[in-house]
Amino acid sequence: MQVDEATVRRIARLARIKVSDEEAKGLEKELSGILDWVKQLDDVDTSAVEPMTRVVEQKLKMRDDVVTDGEIADQVTANAPMSEDNFFVVPKVVE
Amino acid sequence: MTDLTKLTMAEARDGLKKKSFSALELTDAFIASIEKGNSALNAFVLSTPEHARAQAKASDQRIGEGKARPLEGLPIGNKDLFCTNGIRTTACSKILGDFKPPYESTVGQNLWDAGAIMLGKLNNDEFAMGSSNETSAFGNVVSPWRRKGPDGKITTDKLVPGGSSGGSSAAVAAHLCLAATATDTGGSIRQPAALTGTVGIKPTYGRCSRWGIVAFASSLDQAGPITKTVRDSAMMLKAMASHDPKDTTSVDAPVPDYEAALSKGVKGLRVGIPKEYRVDGMSAEIQKLWDDGISWLKAAGATIHEISLPHTKYALPAYYIVAPAECSSNLARYDGMRYGLRVNGDDLIDTYENTRAAGFGKEVRRRILIGTYVLSAGYYDAYYLKAQKVRTLIKRDFDEAWNSVDVVLTPTTPSPAFAFGEKSGDPLAMYLEDIFTVTVNMAGLPGMSVPAGLSSQGTPLGLQLIGKPFDEETLFRTAQVIEDAAGRFPVPDAWWMKG
Repeated sequence: MQVDEATVRRIARLARIKVSDEEAKGLEKELSGILDWVKQLDDVDTSAVEPMTRVVEQKLKMRDDVVTDGEIADQVTANAPMSEDNFFVVPKVVE
Repeated sequence: MTDLTKLTMAEARDGLKKKSFSALELTDAFIASIEKGNSALNAFVLSTPEHARAQAKASDQRIGEGKARPLEGLPIGNKDLFCTNGIRTTACSKILGDFKPPYESTVGQNLWDAGAIMLGKLNNDEFAMGSSNETSAFGNVVSPWRRKGPDGKITTDKLVPGGSSGGSSAAVAAHLCLAATATDTGGSIRQPAALTGTVGIKPTYGRCSRWGIVAFASSLDQAGPITKTVRDSAMMLKAMASHDPKDTTSVDAPVPDYEAALSKGVKGLRVGIPKEYRVDGMSAEIQKLWDDGISWLKAAGATIHEISLPHTKYALPAYYIVAPAECSSNLARYDGMRYGLRVNGDDLIDTYENTRAAGFGKEVRRRILIGTYVLSAGYYDAYYLKAQKVRTLIKRDFDEAWNSVDVVLTPTTPSPAFAFGEKSGDPLAMYLEDIFTVTVNMAGLPGMSVPAGLSSQGTPLGLQLIGKPFDEETLFRTAQVIEDAAGRFPVPDAWWMKG
């Protein structure tokens, strides 16, 4: 599997990570190498196998439909890079 | 007075009980060791002496009142992946900056409720992604172990302490704390334990709550302790494990008294030796270590059986699809808006991209990109779904093995500790560090590493025990037999304390 520079840029865009031209070149090689290596899984016949969804069989737990938390806006915003009056301040989203 | 930091956790517990020393004296001894020795090792990324002393005073009061809890007054280190209320938690990533969680992890809270004392936060690979602690934003952890050169003389080569829980393994081996919390996604407890002569257990998935632990790959992550001895490991896991309604994968099952299992021995126990773990190029010393383990268990009354786990070789490639996929989803939350680092750009997307490029280190970016790729439109079935199917087969191999054996014995790592830079240039070489440990995470089983010998370079090697789901007790009693036979492996020279 060869990952070309355009693919690296497309993935980086999807992942919201800026990559420099130099990094993109290195990543082409590294990602191709790793993806080539994982392709050995094609040797395994999985046509009649269910994908794993959880390692330990367990009935999904239910909880009471009640409010258990809240009224802590000051704590929620305490670590924000920018906040004002318990609101997050973010770059403009809608033009 | 003896050096209190050299005690095992169980010995320290006995000493406190007999009032040979106070919790404050014990804590001060560790604080002094950290002040003196940490700069050479870089195991702690944050030391919290005042917090520790306040806890120690409270412990002394409880001991005086005869109200001591199971870990009362015992000082430990806490991996920086565990959120600590009001105390900086970074996962050793720049992207979390100066993050101070307004809550405590469940595992941490369990430990403090049992009376344990926190000395500080321990270094790890960034977001627990690495096998050498070389990806931490706080820099490498240096192993307290030094290896012999070809002339037989001890070198000053800086060795890795393993990873991702490299701060935990180094701090315990160097007597900077009695024990440490750790996490294991593909081997991050067992591999560092093996490389430092310490004991590490990754319990069954669901045994410990994941709540309040910074997530890497949620279907694989599990907390556990790194300790000096098997008994200490039993003490720690008993306190860390619990059912937690805040983690839906946490299992509502009683936590046994693991210490009680230690004296049960292995008479009649059926031990499986998986032939697929005899990988090509396995070194003679690893082979000998494994054979020694077999002899010790046989001598103690266990029976040895060759078993087959046919899909073993596919565990690592499947892991390197599943783990990056889950990592790319989990780490999507670091967007520079609600906490941590923000690097402003021309618009919102530019700000996201700048923040994530500056905040994540190289290995984390690499894994996010791999994960994004394998989950992207058109590739999901070929990679992620395929890997999850292979995972079913890996688990099935073990399910079948449990029909004929009670526990599986393997080496923990393919080789002893290496020096900085020896593997960091090649991601695939580094990934192979987890070749023996990763299957256990893929199948959700409990796995434990016990020190079992020294390499030709004079550095530690570990044996791994793999158990049935929720049968940590069998691991503890088997590990005790190995420890009794092999002895313990303290670091010969405390060079880091010499300034």
